[in-house]
Amino acid sequence: MIQYYMNTIDPMSTHQHPAIVADNLTKVYGSEKTTAVNSVSFMVERGELFGLIGPDGAGKTSIFRMLTTLLLPDGGSALVDGYDIVKDYQQIRHTVGYMPGKFSLYPDLTIAENLNFFATVFNTTIEENYHLIKDIYVQLERFKDRRAGKLSGGMKQKLALCCALIHKPTVLFLDEPTTGVDPVSRKEFWEMLKRLKEQNITILVSTPYMDEATLCDRIALMQHGSILAIDTPSAIVKSYPDILYAIRAEKMPALLKVLGSNNAVATSYAFGEYAHATFKEHVNHEQDILSILKHAGMDNIEVRRIEPTIEDCFIKLLRA
Amino acid sequence: MRAIKFLLQKEFRQIFRNRSILAMILVMPVMQLLILPLAANYEVKNIYLAVVDHDHSSYSQKMIEKITSSGYFRLTGYNNSYQEAFRLIESDDADVVLEIPSGFERNLIREDEQKLLIAVNAINGVKANLGSAYLATIIRNYNQDIRIDFMQAGRFNDIPTIKVTSSNWFNPNLNYRVYMVPGILAVLVTMIGGFLTALNIVKEKEAGTIEQINVTPIRKHHFILGKLIPFWILGNIVFTIGLLVSWLIYGIVPVGNLALLYGFVSIYLLAVLGLGLLVSTFCDTQQQAMFIMFFFMMIFILLGGLFTAIDSMPEWAQVITRFNPVSYLIAVMRMVILKGSTFRDVLPHLGIIALFAIGLNSWAILNYKKAN
Repeated sequence: MIQYYMNTIDPMSTHQHPAIVADNLTKVYGSEKTTAVNSVSFMVERGELFGLIGPDGAGKTSIFRMLTTLLLPDGGSALVDGYDIVKDYQQIRHTVGYMPGKFSLYPDLTIAENLNFFATVFNTTIEENYHLIKDIYVQLERFKDRRAGKLSGGMKQKLALCCALIHKPTVLFLDEPTTGVDPVSRKEFWEMLKRLKEQNITILVSTPYMDEATLCDRIALMQHGSILAIDTPSAIVKSYPDILYAIRAEKMPALLKVLGSNNAVATSYAFGEYAHATFKEHVNHEQDILSILKHAGMDNIEVRRIEPTIEDCFIKLLRA
Repeated sequence: MRAIKFLLQKEFRQIFRNRSILAMILVMPVMQLLILPLAANYEVKNIYLAVVDHDHSSYSQKMIEKITSSGYFRLTGYNNSYQEAFRLIESDDADVVLEIPSGFERNLIREDEQKLLIAVNAINGVKANLGSAYLATIIRNYNQDIRIDFMQAGRFNDIPTIKVTSSNWFNPNLNYRVYMVPGILAVLVTMIGGFLTALNIVKEKEAGTIEQINVTPIRKHHFILGKLIPFWILGNIVFTIGLLVSWLIYGIVPVGNLALLYGFVSIYLLAVLGLGLLVSTFCDTQQQAMFIMFFFMMIFILLGGLFTAIDSMPEWAQVITRFNPVSYLIAVMRMVILKGSTFRDVLPHLGIIALFAIGLNSWAILNYKKAN
């Protein structure tokens, strides 16, 4: 309790420890012992925007729920703001902000009532921390007497972010905030996160969209409850070991079949309107690839050497 | 305290915004108290009677007249043969067949004895039982009347007759409504207290709002109190409306102390609120909560002494009723409203309900975990 009050008086005093430390965090569900989170360890520095990137079922939400004290871990431990997630759960609930993947505000209360309620819960007022939510709230303000249940998806998400921010949390947990949101709102949302980062709020965000990964300071790529890699997005891209080619031909299905069966090809997969492929050592020039494909009966072939994306890295890690 | 204050503010705002709940709270007691006591009636009336009179004498005529003028029977058939009358039973046009043999009058006077046949359709057990009993009583009275007529003609004062006079206490007119209204009031209070709390808490689970609340400094007991207090108040409001309705419509004014009545209901509400809370901890969806509460309500009502007296239930069922909080409220309602029982009379009930309240709420709080 004393620590909590120190926190509110002088937030700098807790700056010596990292915002989040997860140490071999494990969660097992049900009688079938499904391992949702398997010995996950990572550390998030203060003021960092850290992304958990992975497909559905990778264990992202379970990690969020454990860190926000909604779920007890079955193994390992974690500290949020220097507080243990099991022992000091009360303190964590005073300091963190959580925005679940599913809209979880009161649909029968208005925007203003929801925001006011969550401000009061944390013993603060909207006015006190208005500077934090100002950029977002101005867009909602003219609907402030509308019930939350009647808002559009993008507006709901903005309101949820406001409610998670209103008590000036030290760590903000955003579980898939952009899932089901249109591309324009997604872009806006990430810009808001950047501005929040400038306010020295640590943000842990999860997303299944690989293109959002590059917007984070550091990311952890996850699959089946385990972390495949943790680094900055550029370092992850740089660590890609092979030369990657984007290939296009007139008949894409046939091209994919050829790439899949040719001995010279190491890996290949469809990627948008292109096929991405890496080749074995002896093939290291566009010309070699062109001749291989022509030999296989492809027409109108286009081959380009490209920089791998996070998604390419993810696929590489999955196949490793 | 501050936390509870704004939780209550939020809760009442939501309740008053939910039109259907509000309507139910106001309309339910009025409708149920208006319709149920009038419709649910134990008295058996309109028993269809078919008479097969082989005698056609003035005595048989007099007897039929006495039966039909009792008000319980309606003569739907006057047949020549038993077969004909029985066909009326088969087609559901008669419930009882009374066959009067030929020579009824003659034998009754000459041999001092005569036999009648009563055949009853027993599909509806209550109607059959009461119907034949009424009929037997009327015939017995008739028999006594003619006996007295005879005797007075000859030697009198020799026939010993026992006349039983009974007086009905607490419900002098044997009015069934007076018995039903307090019982229905008890069920109403239970519905509001139990159903609404369970559904309300599970609704927060379903919407995910409980998760959002859990990641805040709101403590477990604050949240629970914030849920219980509004429905405790609503329960008392419904009870008040119910009392007003039973006074305005049925003229039932509690004979006993009103404060005692409210005191008991207040503690009783804590018990059913605890039950609602407990059910909500086991359910994840409103549908589940609804079904579980419905299961309990059926048992509570049928084994609560609302329609059938607990004393006439089999031993094992009586044991179950002891674990049914509704049975205590129904009993106390009738005791205080109709009989004017005092605090000392309802003290045992009060003690048991208090135990229910403590037990159910502790169990619910143990079961309601913020982190799992």
